[in-house]
Amino acid sequence: MGRALLRGCGELLFVSFGVSLVSFLMIRLIPGDAVQLMLGANAEVTEAQIDALRHQLGLDQPFVQQYLVWLGQVLHGDLGTSLTTGRPVLSEIGAAAGVTVELTVLSLVVAVVLALPLGAAMAAFRSGGANLAMRLLSIVGITVPSFWLATMLLYGVSALAPDWAVVGWRDLTSDPLGNLSGIALPVVSVASPVVASLARILRAAMTEALRQDYVRTARAKGLGERTVLLRHVLRNALIPFVTQVGIISGYLFAGSVVVEQVFALPGLGRLIVGAIADRDYALVQATILLATLVFVLVNAGIDLLYAAIDPRMRAA
Amino acid sequence: MKVIFRLGAGIVVLLALAAVLAPWIAPHGPNEQDVLARLQAPVAAHWLGTDNFGRDVLSRILFGLRTLFAVSATSVLGALLVGGTLGVSAAWLGAWMDRAIMRIVDVMLAFPIILLAIGIIAMLGPGASSAAAAIGIAYVPIFARMLRGPALQLRQMLYVEAARAVGAGTPRILLRYLLPNLASVILVQASLSLSTAILVEASLSFLGLGTQPPTPSLGRMLAESRNFLTLSPWAAIFSGLAILLASLGFNLLGDGLSEQLDPRLRGT
Repeated sequence: MGRALLRGCGELLFVSFGVSLVSFLMIRLIPGDAVQLMLGANAEVTEAQIDALRHQLGLDQPFVQQYLVWLGQVLHGDLGTSLTTGRPVLSEIGAAAGVTVELTVLSLVVAVVLALPLGAAMAAFRSGGANLAMRLLSIVGITVPSFWLATMLLYGVSALAPDWAVVGWRDLTSDPLGNLSGIALPVVSVASPVVASLARILRAAMTEALRQDYVRTARAKGLGERTVLLRHVLRNALIPFVTQVGIISGYLFAGSVVVEQVFALPGLGRLIVGAIADRDYALVQATILLATLVFVLVNAGIDLLYAAIDPRMRAA
Repeated sequence: MKVIFRLGAGIVVLLALAAVLAPWIAPHGPNEQDVLARLQAPVAAHWLGTDNFGRDVLSRILFGLRTLFAVSATSVLGALLVGGTLGVSAAWLGAWMDRAIMRIVDVMLAFPIILLAIGIIAMLGPGASSAAAAIGIAYVPIFARMLRGPALQLRQMLYVEAARAVGAGTPRILLRYLLPNLASVILVQASLSLSTAILVEASLSFLGLGTQPPTPSLGRMLAESRNFLTLSPWAAIFSGLAILLASLGFNLLGDGLSEQLDPRLRGT
């Protein structure tokens, strides 16, 4: 366990280093002169201003040095200044991250809570017709574009309940009810494809587990069907399920990015799309870097979770 | 269950035909405006209604499918070529090459696909070709990882050793022995990847980062029609349904294929 943990930490460090390098390169590799692009078609820009900005961004230094300087700043919490607002990028991201984190976490919770009974129920039905229907339904669920679902929900609500203020963001601490009523539809939109995907994985894993010898043994020694399903089948099926939750976190984020746009939520999605339109590269770079590092950590956390679920993993 | 495979193949063939034949079967031009018939519900002249410029929704969807398929197919094909080559080389060359390639793949896989794509579009500027490049690059590590495993197994097969023993060169072994055995993995993965790539392309276009006007694009169509939702929801409803159907078709096809090609999965 100790060695595995150490190796995991090493991999974590390496991947984080790689992610920082790619994030750094993304902005340095912009074709043409990033400074020119940033200043845009502004005719009043003087040569001196261009040089000053280039110096400020460190673009007049050798490549490796640029990266090291940048990395040093990042490690000190300095991710640059937004070109549009003039505020530190970190505080821009901090303000927006709360929305996305709330949306993502709530969607994940809703998705897991719905997918567990749904997947288990799907595994319980084994007749051909029901099987096919559920398989079709879950594939449809997975491929529904979340932004379309969001738009349709918005349309449905505006037709059925015109008084429900569904668009816009209210702070969780100052207006908790308003916050929840505002985030309900976005959560449904982001969670739906995830429910389908998780339920499908759980069903497959449970069907597989049901065929194992230990299930036959458990039944043979007289355990009730309930105990067999919960203690033997479900617990074993949770391993692929948890793996999928890790993969799904990326989908949840992708869903949030577009769904935020539909409901005008001031989250990371809107921040990064706006930043691209404004050519605010420091903001784009920092958002990608920080969000990806969070994903790396989440996935590392899930690896640890395995050990808790499956004793076999502890030895590996 | 052949039903899934047939259903998927049916949808894919139908939509692909619609996309290819769009210039001939579309009742109107994609940018042709009928200003007197704006935001109409489905009628005889406009089967799926019209948008806020009086453009025919059905025709725009047909041409939008063209763009959607062109962008997602280009990106998945590119990702398959580059990623597949990387994965097979890693497995074949082994040792430090394997470690080096797979480390890079690990780093790229750490990025959520949508973020990596957005980052690449930030570099290249919004547009259909940037979206294709962005999605393609984001899918490279997926194909590399997906093909490395089977290639690693095949490399140790007795018939590969036998081929080498009778003097077959590496290119011949790769083409005649490895590729045919990887074909089923490739087909399934390409089909499932197309299903998700379609959603990513539509998302990017929806965000205004993909295909730019006046080229018809389903994601952008949905984004634009949102402003007129209460007046006429038809453009939004049908453009989204078309995206769903396209993604669904490839997903069913991939799912059905994996079952057809892997006898162990039949009947599960």
